[in-house]
Amino acid sequence: MENRNEPMDLIELKDICRTYHLGEVAVPVLKGITLNVAGGELVALMGTSGSGKSTLMNLLGCLDHPTSGEYWLDGREVSRLTANERARLRNRIIGFVFQSFNLLPRTTALENVMMPLTYSRENLSEQQKKLRAIDLLRKVGLADRIDHQQSQLSGGEQQRVAVARALVNHPRILLADEPTGNLDSRTSEEILQMFQQLNSVEGITIILVTHDQGVAGWAQRTIRIKDGLLEDGIEPLIVAGDV
Amino acid sequence: MKMFGTTKTALGALRRNVLRTMLTTLGIVIGVAAVITMMEIGNGATIAIRRTMASIGANTLVVVPGAANTSGINFGAGSMMTLTPQDADAIGRECPALGSVAPIVRARTQIVYGNRNWVPTYIYGTTPSFLEVREWSDLDEGESFTEHDVRNSGKVCIIGQTIMRELFGGRSPIGKEVRIRSVAFKVVGVLKKKGANMMGQDQDDILLAPWTTIKYRVVASSLGGSNQSSTTDSSTNNPYPAAQLNLYPVPSDSELADTPKPMRFTNVDQILTAARSSSHIPSAIEQITALLRERHHIRPSGPNDFSVRDMAEITKAMSSTTEMITKLLLCVAMISLVVGGVGIMNIMLVSVTERTREIGLRMAVGAEPGDILRQFLTEAIVLCLLGGTVGILLGRTSSYIISSVLHWPTAASVGAIVAAVIVSATVGVLFGFYPAWKGSRLNPIDALRYE
Repeated sequence: MENRNEPMDLIELKDICRTYHLGEVAVPVLKGITLNVAGGELVALMGTSGSGKSTLMNLLGCLDHPTSGEYWLDGREVSRLTANERARLRNRIIGFVFQSFNLLPRTTALENVMMPLTYSRENLSEQQKKLRAIDLLRKVGLADRIDHQQSQLSGGEQQRVAVARALVNHPRILLADEPTGNLDSRTSEEILQMFQQLNSVEGITIILVTHDQGVAGWAQRTIRIKDGLLEDGIEPLIVAGDV
Repeated sequence: MKMFGTTKTALGALRRNVLRTMLTTLGIVIGVAAVITMMEIGNGATIAIRRTMASIGANTLVVVPGAANTSGINFGAGSMMTLTPQDADAIGRECPALGSVAPIVRARTQIVYGNRNWVPTYIYGTTPSFLEVREWSDLDEGESFTEHDVRNSGKVCIIGQTIMRELFGGRSPIGKEVRIRSVAFKVVGVLKKKGANMMGQDQDDILLAPWTTIKYRVVASSLGGSNQSSTTDSSTNNPYPAAQLNLYPVPSDSELADTPKPMRFTNVDQILTAARSSSHIPSAIEQITALLRERHHIRPSGPNDFSVRDMAEITKAMSSTTEMITKLLLCVAMISLVVGGVGIMNIMLVSVTERTREIGLRMAVGAEPGDILRQFLTEAIVLCLLGGTVGILLGRTSSYIISSVLHWPTAASVGAIVAAVIVSATVGVLFGFYPAWKGSRLNPIDALRYE
């Protein structure tokens, strides 16, 4: 509240509630979450399973809409948008990285990375799309794996492809849902290093969902969620690296 | 641009799982191939049935003269003498809806061979095209008389099986002479057995000879012996019709204009002809009527002095048979296509379920529900068109194999091919829509979590 006169943060959640209805029973999952994430932050979102962190993640990623509350994304209230408008928003400013990579089977790394461009509003030529995808694959260190199919890539390589895919539309926010959950510790570290670099060099806002304290340690700030509420409110900024 | 992208995505998805694509397509391939094969076999069968029907005279048209009416006494159909051999020639020349044309001169009298005699049901004086009209050209023995015999009043004849049995006791009659009213006719051919017609009359009890010979040498010498009520026949005065005799002074043009009714020296009892096909019958009747009215100088308001009869009974039987076959084929075709369509729908539903995660991912990276709908619909349509194309090839091939191996008549049907393509695309849209719609309605969150 003391930041009222400053420019709005990239992400502002105001008293967000989300209640699921299982038949007659109403199950409140998020019970009033207020949260700000500034542009360029690298935030870890922690919580036990069932705490509501996945629901919060879905809301942040515009895959779902809150039952009540406001969600300001990049200065725009997005909680009441239609499915199509949210799809466009996801395409334009949000990139997703999943625990299980979710690459398309029997599809090359290049095609996987190019896939989101199919739904882009930018009118790129086939050649431009290809160049952009190759450029990103090079950036994540897979220049020599461009034509490999999903099944021919290791877990770490698959996750790199997924990161390249998430970045192909130049998003401002990268949402990573347990990105290292299926990887060994060395590969995890490589991926996290990559995130950190993307954050510091490119200025991409990254939100990491994890229950691994070690992964959270890479973040500048950790948000803990328990039973649908933030455990300790908005913490002051902690400079990354001092954990 | 968007359409292009969707098509590309759909093609990519189909290429990724070739086996599934092939299995899906199989349903529609078999459907379309079955439709085309059935249609072509059915078409062939219809044509064969038409041909059979034509051989019993379904397309036959008979032109008979009108009824003579003198002093209130009506002599009945065919009693007027208004049809000429020239009418027959003109009909053959000027009516495109007709095949062959044959004039007929009837006689009913005794024929004699050696010590045997017989009165045939039919003694017809005609031209060789009679056999074409009656689809009887394939002789059992010998050959038909010729146009040359007709021009020269040749004393030759061909006989039916019954006459051969009665006069020759089954021995070959070729080259033997039978006497009709003391005129000796050389037998040059024997007709194939045709059996009784629908009225129970023995069609093999027939003798065919050039009409000129019957007209001038048989009927003329036995006036009153013919079953016609003809009492006067000016042609009796002309024993040599081949010679261009002018019995009367040739009228000048102005005289002709004053007396428009031409002199008729020669008449025939009827003109037998056949329409090119059963569908040509109405136009054939129209053409004959128009032509004969003009030739006979009948005023627009005047009644016809002839009538054209078609074989309405057989024609009706034929058209109802053909119609039934067409309906049967349509049923078979529809069932095949529905089976194919349901096959496509099943596989598409499986495909949507199997690719739930893919759908979730596509939605997460920005695909709108409409994009997903379009993608799956495009896949279904591509599958159906692909299946349609392969089905057409397969159908044509199998109908070709059937016709060449089983000697079953088939006929290529462009209509069937066009219908199969249209229907397969429609089936693709209809049966592809539900799975596509189902996919597009998925919640991306659930879809991403789907195992």
